[in-house]
Amino acid sequence: MSNLARNGMSRRHFMSHMAGASSMVIPSLTMGQTLQDNAEDLKRRRKSAILLWMGGGPSTMDIWDLKPGAPTGGPFKPIATSGNAQISEHMPLMAKQMHNMAIVRSMSTREADHGRGRYYMHTGYVPNPNIEHPSYGAVLSNQLIDQRPELEIPPFVAVGGGSVGPGFLGMSWAPFTVSSTGQVRNLQMGLEDTRLYQRMYALDLIEKGFINQRRGSAATDHQKILKKTLNLMTSEQMEAFKVASEPDDVKERYGNTNFGRGCLMARRLVEIGVPFIEVGLGGWDNHSNIHTTLRDQKLPELDQAMSALVEDLEQRGLLEDTAIVWMGEFSRTPRINGNAGRDHWARSWSVVVGGAGMNGGIAVGETNSDGTRVETDPYTSQDVMASVCKALGISLQTTFTSNNGRPMKIANSGKVIKELFS
Amino acid sequence: MKRYSKMLGGKFALTAAVLIITVIGVAVDAFAQAASTSDSGIPEVKFINQQIRQQWADYQIKPSMKATEGEWVRRVYLDIIGRVPTVEELQAYTSDRDREKKVKLVQSLLHDDKYTEEYAKNWTTIWTNVLIGRSGGTERNSLTNREGLQKFLRDSFARNKYYNEMVYELVTATGSNSPGQENFNGAVNFLTMKLEENATLATAQTSRIFLGLQVQCTQCHNHPFNEWKQQKFWEMNAFFRQTRALRRFTPGTRDVSFVELINQDFAGEGLTQTPEKADIYYELRNGVTRVAYPVFVDGTKIDPSGYVEDVVRRTELGKLITESEYMDKMVVNRMWSHFMGYGFTKPIDDMGPHNPATHPELVSYLGAQFRQKNYDLKELISWIALSEAYSLSSRTNSTNETIDDPVLGETPKFSRFYLRQMRAEELYESLVTATQAANGKGSYEEQERRKGQWLSQFITAFGNDEGEEGTTFNGTIPQALMMFNGDLIKTASSKGNGSFLSNLANDAELNNTEKINHLFLAALSRKPSTNEIKVANQLLLARKGELVAALQDIWWAVLNSNEFILNH
Repeated sequence: MSNLARNGMSRRHFMSHMAGASSMVIPSLTMGQTLQDNAEDLKRRRKSAILLWMGGGPSTMDIWDLKPGAPTGGPFKPIATSGNAQISEHMPLMAKQMHNMAIVRSMSTREADHGRGRYYMHTGYVPNPNIEHPSYGAVLSNQLIDQRPELEIPPFVAVGGGSVGPGFLGMSWAPFTVSSTGQVRNLQMGLEDTRLYQRMYALDLIEKGFINQRRGSAATDHQKILKKTLNLMTSEQMEAFKVASEPDDVKERYGNTNFGRGCLMARRLVEIGVPFIEVGLGGWDNHSNIHTTLRDQKLPELDQAMSALVEDLEQRGLLEDTAIVWMGEFSRTPRINGNAGRDHWARSWSVVVGGAGMNGGIAVGETNSDGTRVETDPYTSQDVMASVCKALGISLQTTFTSNNGRPMKIANSGKVIKELFS
Repeated sequence: MKRYSKMLGGKFALTAAVLIITVIGVAVDAFAQAASTSDSGIPEVKFINQQIRQQWADYQIKPSMKATEGEWVRRVYLDIIGRVPTVEELQAYTSDRDREKKVKLVQSLLHDDKYTEEYAKNWTTIWTNVLIGRSGGTERNSLTNREGLQKFLRDSFARNKYYNEMVYELVTATGSNSPGQENFNGAVNFLTMKLEENATLATAQTSRIFLGLQVQCTQCHNHPFNEWKQQKFWEMNAFFRQTRALRRFTPGTRDVSFVELINQDFAGEGLTQTPEKADIYYELRNGVTRVAYPVFVDGTKIDPSGYVEDVVRRTELGKLITESEYMDKMVVNRMWSHFMGYGFTKPIDDMGPHNPATHPELVSYLGAQFRQKNYDLKELISWIALSEAYSLSSRTNSTNETIDDPVLGETPKFSRFYLRQMRAEELYESLVTATQAANGKGSYEEQERRKGQWLSQFITAFGNDEGEEGTTFNGTIPQALMMFNGDLIKTASSKGNGSFLSNLANDAELNNTEKINHLFLAALSRKPSTNEIKVANQLLLARKGELVAALQDIWWAVLNSNEFILNH
């Protein structure tokens, strides 16, 4: 916390000035109230989720569901893991963590376009021109926020790009997008707090005048974001973004990559009470030279960071309350194309989940010998989401009302993947 | 005209009586809205108004009241030249007594020499983002030269090149992509980076951007919700297969110096090469291989020869696209959405038969008129900007508050002006103009580079080969932080010697209230309310009479308001 003190304004300091500056009041901009009473109790029970989003569509049959010897199999070999399932030889560190994770090998979806697939996997719904569905982060943070009244920073943090927005839940549930360096831009006002406070008063007057003219939700949303921004600027919890302050050995364990730093930031954010963090790793759209790209670049980066995250969460006792989901918008064709790449494929693929009490060390479902077909009950985006909700203690009967009045069941009525819980 | 309006002034009582009768008439027949809106004698405007009104009647909607003059002027400046009006420009309009002053202003923004550069810059920005995205050309060793494309676009918009010509040039371009290189043709930058993987990206984006047809889903399979079949994707794709982007390296390095886009003979993909009938192959999901030759979306076939001497496939494609009605409808939809906040379809560039337009007759009509007027974009702009729908307030009334709110999933009925956030570029240009900031100094290229640098903080890439990207300039916290504390705002509200605020503070001709008025007019195109003046005076007191510091506080508050950042 020393950093913030040096920058001049801790939250408490700011609050005291707010109280002192009495000539002007900002009724609607009162800072979040601190409910310390049962905070400790809540802290013990609070659940979180981390989504590791693999933008571009990773080839899961080269990572989690290998087909050695099949004409479609590619050159990678499977290795044994600390769980029951084998994974790619280029994921040696994850192999030691697989007792914590489950591979769902019978994913079968229909969206093989990047935009549509990203939307579908993030929301459980296919795109619809008349409605925008809220994404994972918006839905889960909306459901889990009550467990952390002390949270002053946004409940949905996205590290890197590729996330999907809050849809009809509104801008309050939008992802707070940061770069993996943890450097949040423009955080310092460099102004004494009394003066900031007076400026905010003037701003609030203009803001409200416009809202009162019934011009629609964009005007109101803007005001909500202003409040959140002010909360965040003055919060000591912003420390959680500073991955650089971690000990060197920890940083090395996660890897000196953007994704590594993003995963480390995710752990820090879970610790401080953020319920949902999405960390993006792009570069999986391997239409050409897929196996050299995976072997030399993508898999080492993924293996290092993901294994560190699982291990670290487990060692700190956080894994039992934190769900981890690894997935992309779809996977890649079993057939290897003329450019030694694989194209888009959604019919048979894998996602990986774990933590928050879900069974680890197992593979759920299976594909046929060349990976072109799911041989067991197929699972969908909705089913994964339903399972994560169950693990986090969120009722699957939860229903949202979209802004055109339609009831929307959480996880789009997906069914829980039972092997994860028996 | 001026004299005429003076005469009218003399007959004020009579005019007022007529007005009252009109108002009663409207009140009696609230949903019919038969009379009164001026179409300035432009038949296209008249047709737009009729069509839009028809739907209001169908849905029993009473349109929102008219926007104030200040609101209307502000949106016209933002939408046509990409920035808010200056106080002088605003006052020139409000003090003009000409009955046709709306037409006059729109024509001036479109045709006056003093606005040519800003007009061209605004549309160059918009089209650069459409054609290569916000990050196109900024990647290391990129095959896209952003400046090159912008040079082409700027020249096209400054000369008001007809839209069909511009599209034809973008689709068919050959030459070097970087300014200063021999045989430079900036238009090639649309395609230089879309040719990998057998030009699948070129196929998908050319179809989407110019024809409003989303074919990318059919690359790998027949799509269940789209009449497009996989065969069509590859038939369109075949048009791009003579095209090559050749990297020219800086001597002695592996750095790309520039790229040359050329057409060369294509032998086909078959085992026995038959260039006189150059074929390509694709695979169905069941593993069966099919052959494809160049065939346009409407079924028009061209000579299948791969020899450029026989046929240059992209040239044929350019002709077919510019002859297609899909092109007309797509650009109408794009322009309508730019001005109205929503298009006739959602998304605007998905206009296939599976996604019917909300106002199909209007789309067809505007497309046809646009074609008849030689694809003159300025004509199209003036029709939309002078329409009744564009003149309405963003304030809702009880009849349109929910039924005409696209945020609620309703189809847009255009009975109100939909709030929307300024684009990051509009914010930037608005501040530069309003504060005569140093960012606006230097050569065009220097200015654009500075702007580009500032914009880059908002871009997030999605990590796939299609170059998809997002922006954090989307009304969320990172944007609010930038508006609160960022350098752009700090510079715009600097009180240093010679700065905008210090000049205003020292202006001996204005009293304090007029100075406060000036800030509200410059940012919001309106004067402050009594309460706002009161708070401004309190701030002056709090700053112990240091006027420039109080102006700084007010300016900061005004710039951070919803009213400023939302085009309303």
